[in-house]
Amino acid sequence: MTTTYLERLLDPWRELDRMNRLLNTDSCGGSEYPAVNVWINGDNAVITSEIPGIDRETIDISVSGNTVSLSGSRPAEETGEEESYHRRELWHGMFSKTVRLPFSIDADKVKATYRNGVLRISLPQLEADKPKKININ
Amino acid sequence: MTDTLKEVQKKEAELEKGVERTRETRVYTPAVDIIEKKNDIVVFADMPGVDENSVDITLEKDLLTIYGKIEPEVPENHKLAVSEYGMGDYQRTFTLSDEIDKDHIQATVRDGVLRLVLPKAEKAKTKKIPVTGNA
Repeated sequence: MTTTYLERLLDPWRELDRMNRLLNTDSCGGSEYPAVNVWINGDNAVITSEIPGIDRETIDISVSGNTVSLSGSRPAEETGEEESYHRRELWHGMFSKTVRLPFSIDADKVKATYRNGVLRISLPQLEADKPKKININ
Repeated sequence: MTDTLKEVQKKEAELEKGVERTRETRVYTPAVDIIEKKNDIVVFADMPGVDENSVDITLEKDLLTIYGKIEPEVPENHKLAVSEYGMGDYQRTFTLSDEIDKDHIQATVRDGVLRLVLPKAEKAKTKKIPVTGNA
């Protein structure tokens, strides 16, 4: 692998990865499978996660307060007689992951899509949790 | 980071020394399962973000290359707060032996998993020779 200093400088993903490793971000609780990216825009958060090969019906998403949990499982490919593995690198098994957000989530407005093995959950902030402007009389 | 994450972390594909890519993107080596069955060899490759139109399979001589191009899932107007995985294309190359019927390779993509069926050539199929005793 040959990467120059300039290339490293120009690649924001690599830099972010490095920062995350250094900080070992725990604000999101846990770092087990699946890996997630969390995107924030003021009062809305989007969680994306790469979970290929899952039946969308079996993905369970639950929201409580400021945490969102995803769980599901990826069953192993069944092998019959006269079949053998040359390589076995794919991840199989049960997973469960909890992500904590900096605000309370409006559970009724959460939207999730699963496309091409990428899960995307949109989580708006609860109205009651938003800051209120107080007028001075 | 725990060990469990290390296991599932994506590996970046290696480039030959002095070779650069034209697209400014990361390229990962997809994890694969390769299963040998009676009549074919089946390859499963995890390529989340890739669909049937964005995967290229090329066969040049004995080199089978899979390349998957992704449109990164980036929500509009949002800033990345936590990044546990990077996004990029996928590439991996395998050498095939003569025993693959190269004209009948099939590929399908479903839920970000590529499935390649490499049928064994007629001559490579195992034949069971019945052993008969002296009658």
